Amino acid sequence: MAQSPLRLHEKSRSSLPIEYSTPENDLRIVGFWIFLAAELVLFGTLFATYLVLQSHTAGGPAPKDLFEVGPVMIETIVLLVSSFTCGLSTIELRRHNKKGLIFWLIVTVLLGLVFIGFEVNEFYTYAAHEGATLSSSAFLSGFFVLLGTHGCHVSLGIIWITGLIIQIAKRGVTPVTARKAFIVGLYWHFLDVVWIFIYTAVYLTGWVM
Amino acid sequence: MKAIRMKFLAVLMPLALLLGGCQNNTSVLNPQGPVAREQFHLIVWSLIMMSVVLAIVLIIFIYVLVRFGRKNSKGYDPSDTGNKKLEIVWLLVPVIICVLLLVPAVKTLFVLDHSPKATTTAPQTVHGKSLTIDVTSAQWKWFFRYPGQKIETVNYVVIPAGTPVKFRLHAYDAMNTFWVPALGGMQYTMTDMPMQLWLQADKPGNYPGRSGNYSGRGFVDMTFNVLAKSNTEFDSWVSGVKANQPALTMQKYKRLLKPDVIKGTLTFSDYPKQIEKNLNQAQMDGEDHANMKNMKNMNSMKGMNMNSNEKGGDSQ
Amino acid sequence: MMDSFIHFLLHRFFVTGDPMIYGADASIALASIGIVVVVTYLKKWKWLWKEWLTSVDHKKIGIMYIIAALLMLFRGGVDALMMRTQLALPNMHFLTSEHYNQVFTTHGTIMIIFVAMPFIFGLMNIAVPLQIGARDVAFPFLNALSFWLFFFGAMLFNISFVIGGSPDAGWSSYAPYAELSMNPGVGQNYYLVGVQIAGIGSLASGINFLVTILKMRAPGMTLFKMPMFTWSILITSVIIIFAFPAFTVALALMSIDRLFGAHFFTIASGGSPMLWANLFWFWGHPEVYIVLLPVFGVFSEVIATFSHKTLFGYAVMVWSMVAISIIGFVTWLHHFFTMGNTAEVNAFFSISTAIIAIPTGVKIFNWLFTMNKGRIEFSTAMLWALAFIPNFTIGGVTGVMLALAPADYQYHNSYFLVAHFHSVLIAGPVFGIFCGLYYWWPKMFGYMLNERQGKLAFWVFMISFNICFMPMYIVGLLGMTRRMYTYPAGMGWTPFNFIETIGAFGMGAGFLIIAYNIVWSTLKGKRDTTGDPWNGRTLEWSIPSPAPEYNFATIPTVSARDAFAVAKTQEDQENKKERQLFQPIHMPNNSGIPIIMSLFMFIAGFGLVWEWYWMVIPGAIGIVVCMIVRSFQYNDHHIISIEEIERTERAAGRLS
Repeated sequence: MAQSPLRLHEKSRSSLPIEYSTPENDLRIVGFWIFLAAELVLFGTLFATYLVLQSHTAGGPAPKDLFEVGPVMIETIVLLVSSFTCGLSTIELRRHNKKGLIFWLIVTVLLGLVFIGFEVNEFYTYAAHEGATLSSSAFLSGFFVLLGTHGCHVSLGIIWITGLIIQIAKRGVTPVTARKAFIVGLYWHFLDVVWIFIYTAVYLTGWVM
Repeated sequence: MKAIRMKFLAVLMPLALLLGGCQNNTSVLNPQGPVAREQFHLIVWSLIMMSVVLAIVLIIFIYVLVRFGRKNSKGYDPSDTGNKKLEIVWLLVPVIICVLLLVPAVKTLFVLDHSPKATTTAPQTVHGKSLTIDVTSAQWKWFFRYPGQKIETVNYVVIPAGTPVKFRLHAYDAMNTFWVPALGGMQYTMTDMPMQLWLQADKPGNYPGRSGNYSGRGFVDMTFNVLAKSNTEFDSWVSGVKANQPALTMQKYKRLLKPDVIKGTLTFSDYPKQIEKNLNQAQMDGEDHANMKNMKNMNSMKGMNMNSNEKGGDSQ
Repeated sequence: MMDSFIHFLLHRFFVTGDPMIYGADASIALASIGIVVVVTYLKKWKWLWKEWLTSVDHKKIGIMYIIAALLMLFRGGVDALMMRTQLALPNMHFLTSEHYNQVFTTHGTIMIIFVAMPFIFGLMNIAVPLQIGARDVAFPFLNALSFWLFFFGAMLFNISFVIGGSPDAGWSSYAPYAELSMNPGVGQNYYLVGVQIAGIGSLASGINFLVTILKMRAPGMTLFKMPMFTWSILITSVIIIFAFPAFTVALALMSIDRLFGAHFFTIASGGSPMLWANLFWFWGHPEVYIVLLPVFGVFSEVIATFSHKTLFGYAVMVWSMVAISIIGFVTWLHHFFTMGNTAEVNAFFSISTAIIAIPTGVKIFNWLFTMNKGRIEFSTAMLWALAFIPNFTIGGVTGVMLALAPADYQYHNSYFLVAHFHSVLIAGPVFGIFCGLYYWWPKMFGYMLNERQGKLAFWVFMISFNICFMPMYIVGLLGMTRRMYTYPAGMGWTPFNFIETIGAFGMGAGFLIIAYNIVWSTLKGKRDTTGDPWNGRTLEWSIPSPAPEYNFATIPTVSARDAFAVAKTQEDQENKKERQLFQPIHMPNNSGIPIIMSLFMFIAGFGLVWEWYWMVIPGAIGIVVCMIVRSFQYNDHHIISIEEIERTERAAGRLS
């Protein structure tokens, strides 16, 4: 048997779930967790920026003039449910069930698309009907960039999961595809957590204040 | 050719000139007012403490190199890899030094927040115990506005010696810092936050100041003079300006604000009411620079300006 | 149509009107043509592509980092000499204000982002896997991508010089001056986009090395048995991961301001220029420790090796670095004590800043006591490490002086500050980089750098450094502020400035001697046939020089600190031969994707700088396509057979 270049302490890996079944997978998953820590700082900085600039409306629309409850609630529920279906895909992954895995990943992608659709519509409404654009005020710059960054992450996740579905369909549940599916799951749940913070820091405080 | 030779002469001047440099009025080491003196004392104290630290390090450094740097030096002991007691000692020494430095530093911080003690009574033309001057930096000149005396000067400012002066600092465009080394340390001028700086001169004299924060092409020319005068001279300067100098018009003011260097100084006996102590004005005019967005925006800003104007009038 | 195009080329695209720039244009063109001609003539294109440009080998990537960093050091150094020439005498007309402003901006940006950072990454690429007994980093492909992102980021930043004009807002690019209203043109865009691209690479490296060190150490090497350099990189990686995203955001927000009309840091519409200062220094201060802690690690290795003793107070050395990294995140406000904070806030940041001196001081004493009772050997590498101690202490104590907020009101933005941070950043990173270069050079290339020339370079550079920067402390206290392109006569500043200029040129001479030393040693340098020229203490010296592709034929087992020093005393030769039971080794394949993807990044970045979206879109698509192609690659490893390992080891004299 070839010796891995990575040569971790070779404890028995047979008892571990499939995504941890090779030393290289272990490395990649740890690496991704650390990447998420960096993402946390990235979003943290954007949140700090938004909160500093929230009151700088420069005579333009303020949070409470702009945010509507309906679409925001739908976006929130859709994204939360997609996180749940993503979790279901991980359960199927551990069962080595290719069909179930693909099914739940497809559901997750579709929900992600619905979320992006609502968000784009929300932005469009603000810009077209309220005249609230990126360059209207510091508050709106902060708003669009914070939510836009999250939206871009979700969009990238959609492309990523789509590519992964093709790979799983071709290759089945192998240690490599399992690791990829697990990592994309971490990413998706992370975006869900970020949304919860957006919901609280942007929308809830916007309505209350 | 002669100019070049003169320059080289200046270069070759002996050490005496270096020390002479410390005596001029642009030096931190030659404090001419209570604020600069507070800071100077802290600088000297920290310099002494830090010299002690440096000396300790150098003594050990030289000792170790001389003792163990020779070939065949005795006392080689590879098992000497740690010593708890020693390590605690050199953990505690810097702690003590930090405390010795930080206590006076923090005290000075709070002292500098307040007005220095006046050494004379204020001149007649100054109401109250201190003089307030609004400073606005613009690319690349300094405006000084006397709200009590209704005088505006450019690139120089006249203050009474011995009376505390409260400088309120604003910027019209880029950030700069307001620095008069002989009278005290600097503060930024910014568009989004007004700031204040107390300074006081011990005796009449000319104290050059400059900007410490790079602000573009003409940054080097962001200099001004602080002329400290005795009370009678200050009063006669004020009445002289009032009698002889023209008033600043809005048109002229806008022209002066354009990014360019103004060589020399200007003096005005009055200024338009809407520019008084007006930070938002700068922001509103900043809008002209950048692309203007919507009128709604502009109107609300104008509203804010009115309010601050009224307040400014009352407080005098 | 054609006329307006030519007008654009001559007036906006190419920088024109300055003979020095034409000179630069010509030399860049000649150098590029020269490289192409030489490579073609030697028929080395294929070799260059297969062995270097597509390599994922950490040792080759490290060497490429160092070559790029040396070139950038040359550029940054020329900038410095231009500034010092302009300031040698009052009222000089060597540079105009505009030109000088660009030069100090590029000098600062290049020295920090494109010299110090890649040098550090180069050294850690070379040494860390070897020190922990690993065969590569955790993510070799990502490592290559990091390098190429840095490289193309640096190229994008550098072409601003001849195409479109350099940035001129200072390396700290304070808003609102750096915003569109006061700073139109593409220069500042180059800064934002170029540094952003390199920064993404740095963040990826941080993640890569953290995982490598956490998960890939040789069996038996617990965290507290790691070499000190590896410890310093572990801590540095954590700082990178927590500091760089803030900078990524800051750069992105200012780019959005400038390109899409947002109002984060503008004067108008409620923007907050102060927010930029906060975000910039929230990264900027930890950045100082990102370039400083690794050289602390280098000095620890070198001082221990050439004192022939284990590092004194190992655990305290580690914990003081941890303390520095944590406190380093709560001191950023000391860069603007003078920005109208309340006395309470300034007091907090004064205290936190001064406290950093405590762990740093502890480290200085531990280095001194490592040499105490040692047998000090004055090699070139050791000279750099020794010079670090007093020179860095001067930088450190003046740092404490600056930390006292009320006194800082007088030092802020003066030459006193300039002198302080050069004392820290030259005596620290620059001395450390040269130290590491001389120390690890035999391991990188298999031959030694000439010691005589190296020592000469050291003395010239070190003495000139002091001549250059000591007068700056005084001239700062005499009221001279930084970033002045000229100054009037009669201020008492002239003699100091003239001496500084002499020192600056001396440092340039020192650099040239080092360059000469490298060329000379490449041709005539002594071979390192043992793999252990310094009687080293850590695992990288246990393998041949240069290290084979797979680093370790068999993975060592570690039982103590200074693993190789211990092994040398314990192990007899018989023992060694018995252990040579090889197994096939699994290694990652080379890949062209990192360089191609970074090239697309460059294209998209260039488009952004000029706001040419027809260029941004294909660049962005290229990046995504590269990512997809990579995701669909499954066959990315190859196996080195036992025969090949035996052949390599025998050639290195490791098998009889």
